[in-house]
Amino acid sequence: MSPLQAHFKTATSSPMIRELANPTRFMSLSGTLLPWLGGLAALLMAAGLYMVWFTAPADYQQGETVKIMYIHVPAAWLSLFFYMIMASSALGTLVWRHPLADVSQKAAAPIGAAFTLICLVTGSLWGKPMWGTYWQWDARLTSMLVMLLIYLGILALWRAIEEPNRAARAVSILTLVGAVNVPIVKFSVDWWNTLHQPASVFRLGGPTIHSSMLVPLLIVAVAFTLTGVALHLSGMRTEILRRRVRTLTILEAERLDAQAA
Amino acid sequence: MSHTFFIAFSYILTALVVIGLILRAVIDHRIQVRTLAELEARGIGRRSRRG
Repeated sequence: MSPLQAHFKTATSSPMIRELANPTRFMSLSGTLLPWLGGLAALLMAAGLYMVWFTAPADYQQGETVKIMYIHVPAAWLSLFFYMIMASSALGTLVWRHPLADVSQKAAAPIGAAFTLICLVTGSLWGKPMWGTYWQWDARLTSMLVMLLIYLGILALWRAIEEPNRAARAVSILTLVGAVNVPIVKFSVDWWNTLHQPASVFRLGGPTIHSSMLVPLLIVAVAFTLTGVALHLSGMRTEILRRRVRTLTILEAERLDAQAA
Repeated sequence: MSHTFFIAFSYILTALVVIGLILRAVIDHRIQVRTLAELEARGIGRRSRRG
């Protein structure tokens, strides 16, 4: 058994999940998928941004500042999306001990944190000209800030514990506790009286945005999602290599020890 | 300040963060591949010589 296989030795239940649990198979599958994902993301991003800048109309009240929506909203969705990926991977680590679950968790954290930061800063830059303030301690904005702090806490915890499997278990618990914030972020605009507007795309009764704005928004959102997924796959591949480097470094040290003895 | 400033700042910041994520992914991957190659060149990863 290679050091890599030894590291990932585990018991998984479903045959499909077991197939993907083989890191070698994952590396080959993700290696094929990655350029296609990246290419599709770049194409959709170009198409979406063209529509945003050249065909989508200015808002009748907000004027051109509505252009901030096309990056602010997808960034917010991805912030929650990556948290959901981390939370399901945390379950994969704690419940099923899936060997790629903690790799997935670790790779998702910096990407989710980056999109949360984009969401907060672009929101702030949109708030100043529209609301007259960069920041308001309303429920949506505050819960999103808490989301960023949870992401940063998770990133810090990954660095605090050196042994990857122990780190993964500790991070999983923190991630699942932090998951309580996901519905709070989503429904904060309904549960409390917020300065932030309520949902206008994913809501009962359908979207309230005109298609001339909704279509470019959805295209940019899909482009952001594909970019995020490509980054996640790439991060997982790098993390698998990093663990192999770690295993081999330990092996080398043990061998040198044995020679010295 | 004009609205253009807020729009441009938002787009530039988003572009920088996304480009940063992509660069980080590429550089980190290259570092790990190189380190792994160095370790294997020293014969560490080979089953027959382990021990």
